[in-house]
Amino acid sequence: MSTATAPASAPAARKPATMAQALRQALHDALADDASVHVLGEDVGTLGGVFRITDGLTKEFGPDRVTDTPLAEAGILGTAVGMAMYGLRPVVEMQFDAFAYPAIEQLISHVARMRNRTRGAMPLPITIRIPYGGGIGGVEHHSDSSEAYYLHTPGLHVVTPATVADAYGLLRASIASDDPVVFLEPKRLYWSKADWSADAPQGVPPLGRAVVRRAGRSATLITYGPSLPVCLEAAEAGRQEGWDLEVVDLRSLVPFDDETVCDSVRRTGRAVVVHESSGFGGAGAEIAARITERCFHHLAAPVLRVAGFDIPYPPPMLERYHLPGVDRVLDAVARLQWEAN
Amino acid sequence: MSVKSTAARSSRGGAKRRGGAGRKPELVQLLTPEGERVEHSEYSIDLTPEELRGLYRDMVFTRRFDGEAVTLQRQGELGLWASLLGQEAAQIGSGRATRPDDYVFPTYREHGVAWTRGVDPLNLLGMFRGVNNGGWDPNLNNFHLYTIVIGSQALHATGYAMGVAKDGADSAVIAYFGDGASSQGDVAEAFTFAAVYNAPVVFFCQNNQWAISEPTERQTRVPIYQRAAGFGFPGVRVDGNDVLAVLAVTRAALEHARSGEGPMLVEAFTYRMGAHTTSDDATRYRLDEETEEWAAKDPIARLKAYLANEGLADETFFAEVEAESDALAKRVREGVRAMPNPEPMAIFDNIYADGHALVDEERAQFAAYQASFEGSEEGAAR
Repeated sequence: MSTATAPASAPAARKPATMAQALRQALHDALADDASVHVLGEDVGTLGGVFRITDGLTKEFGPDRVTDTPLAEAGILGTAVGMAMYGLRPVVEMQFDAFAYPAIEQLISHVARMRNRTRGAMPLPITIRIPYGGGIGGVEHHSDSSEAYYLHTPGLHVVTPATVADAYGLLRASIASDDPVVFLEPKRLYWSKADWSADAPQGVPPLGRAVVRRAGRSATLITYGPSLPVCLEAAEAGRQEGWDLEVVDLRSLVPFDDETVCDSVRRTGRAVVVHESSGFGGAGAEIAARITERCFHHLAAPVLRVAGFDIPYPPPMLERYHLPGVDRVLDAVARLQWEAN
Repeated sequence: MSVKSTAARSSRGGAKRRGGAGRKPELVQLLTPEGERVEHSEYSIDLTPEELRGLYRDMVFTRRFDGEAVTLQRQGELGLWASLLGQEAAQIGSGRATRPDDYVFPTYREHGVAWTRGVDPLNLLGMFRGVNNGGWDPNLNNFHLYTIVIGSQALHATGYAMGVAKDGADSAVIAYFGDGASSQGDVAEAFTFAAVYNAPVVFFCQNNQWAISEPTERQTRVPIYQRAAGFGFPGVRVDGNDVLAVLAVTRAALEHARSGEGPMLVEAFTYRMGAHTTSDDATRYRLDEETEEWAAKDPIARLKAYLANEGLADETFFAEVEAESDALAKRVREGVRAMPNPEPMAIFDNIYADGHALVDEERAQFAAYQASFEGSEEGAAR
C-alpha cells in the first residue's frame, strides 16, 4: 500500500516490510527496552501467535516475559490488571476481535476505571492488541469491527494503525502510555508492505494525532485502519470524476484529533467518513456529529458515512458487499451536493 | 458440632444432593460455639493472652462501627451499607493472618479486613456516603479498593500474585469473595490461572449462606471448598465464626502460598446475620429460626466466653473495650457528618495520565457553565 505522503524522515536502509513484521519489531523493542513489559495471550509463545506477530519472542525473552495463557479472555485481561497493579506493563493479545468479548467486563468495569476510582494511585498501563476487521474470508466471529464498543468507554485509548510505519510507532507509543490502550490491528493489512527500516524506524508518533495521507481540495475522506487503502484508491479513482479528494487517517479514535479533521473539512467543505463497522451508533456517527458541531458553516453538504451495513457480519462469500469499497466511497462523494456549487 | 451442613437444606434449594455433598464436610474448628478450646489434627494455634484479647477487641470494634454505619444509613447519612454482622471472625481472623507486605483484594463487605489492614473506617463510609468511589490509597495498606462487581477481584489478585511470583518475592496475595461469586466465570478462571502458574494466592471464600436471596444450594452442588480439588490445589472448610480456626487456617494457607506451593482455597463457613445491604429485606426469603440458630454460634460471644472462662480477661477489660468501641462509633458518626461534599470539578480528574482533549474541553465548558450561576439565586443553591 502507498504511504507516499506520510511524513517520514527517510531513514537509511529501508526495505520492504509487512505490517506484521513492524508490529513484531515493536513488541521486540519494547521487551528489550523495558523489563516490566510482558506479553501474554493465547498461542503467543512457541507458535508465535496465530498471525505470527510474536514470532520468536518467547525464545528470545523467555516464557516468563512472553507467556502462553489458558484459553480464557476475561482471565487474560483480569490477571493483566493484577500484573499492572503489581508494577508490570502487560501487553495482551486477544486472538480475534470477537474472541475479545469475554474480556469486556474486565475492560469496562476495571481497566478503564481504575485510575479514576483510585484517584490516580493505581494507573493501569495495559495494551490490549486485537486483530480486527474483515476481508480475509474468515469464518464466523473472525471479522468483527468492534471499535465502537471501546471508544464509548471513558478511560481507554483506542488506537488503530493503517500503515507499516504507524504499526511500529503507534504500538510503541501505546505500550509506553501509562493509560490502557485498545490497539486494534487491521488484520487484512497484516501482510501489506511498505519500505520501512526496522533499524531506524520512523519516530514514535504521539497518540491522538491524525495525519493527512493525501492532500486534496474537493472533499475530505475521513477513515482509519483497514479502510485507509480503500480511501486512497478511491481518491485516485476520483480524479477521473474531477474530484481532488483529501484523505485523513485518524490513527487514533480516542483521543480524537478534532483539529486535523476540522482543518481539513473547513478547507474542503465536504466530508465522508468511511469505516467497516456498522454505521448506526458507530465511530462515523460521532465524527459526523463533531464535524457538524464545529464546522457547520463551512459545510456545503451533510457529512455522509460509508460503513458496514447494520447486520451481523455476513458469510465470507458475501463480505465484499458489506465492506466499504472504492465504488461505495465514490458513490457517497457523488452525493455531496455538487450541484450547489 | 452443630453446624448445619448445606446438605440439610437441600430441599429448599431444589437440587437433590449427590456425590460428596451427602456427608457432612470436614470443618476446621478450634473454638466451639460454647467457647471451649478444641484441637484439630492439622491446624493448631498458640496465641498469647494479649493476642487473644486483641482479636476480641478487633471484632467488637468492627461490629460496633458496622452497626453505626447501618444506623447512619437509616438516618440518611449514607446511601447504602453492606453489613458484615456475623462475619467478624472470618474477617478478623483472616485479616490478622496477613503480613503487611501481603496484598489484599476485598469485596464490598470486608470492613473487618480493612480494619486489620489499618484502613480507617471513615474511609469505608465515605464510599457509601457517595463522596468518592473508594477513599483510600490501595498501596498505602496493600488493601485494594472494594470491588463491587462480583468476583472480578479474584483475577486481579491472581495477576498480582503472578507478578509476585515473577519477582520471586516471598509475599502472598489474598482474594476475598462470597458463595455467590463462586459461580462467576472470573472466579473459575482465577482458579485456573492461579493453578497453572502456581501463583501465591489464597482464595478466601466467605460462605455466608446467602447471595442476596439465593441460598448456597443455588450456586453449587458440592461444598465450595471441594471445588479446589478439580483445579489441582488444596481446599479447606473452616468454621468461619471461630476466629482462632480462621486465623490458623489462613496463616497456613498464606504460608503455603509464600513457600511456593501455589494457591489454596479457604471456605469460611459463616452466616450473614443482617440483610444483604440496607436496601435488602431478608425477611422475604429466609426464616427467623435459621438466623436464631446462627446467633447461637456468634463469633464474639464464643471468644468472650473463652477469655472469661480461662481468666484471660476480666469485666474491666470487657467494659474498656465497650467504652472504646463507643468512642470509635462516636468518631465515625461525627466524621461522616462532617465529611465535606466533593468538589464538582473533581469529576474530571484522573481520567487519563496526561491531558486529554475531550475531557479538558468538557471540564472547561462545565467550569464556565458553573461560573455562569455565580451571584444568582441558582448559584447559591449549587
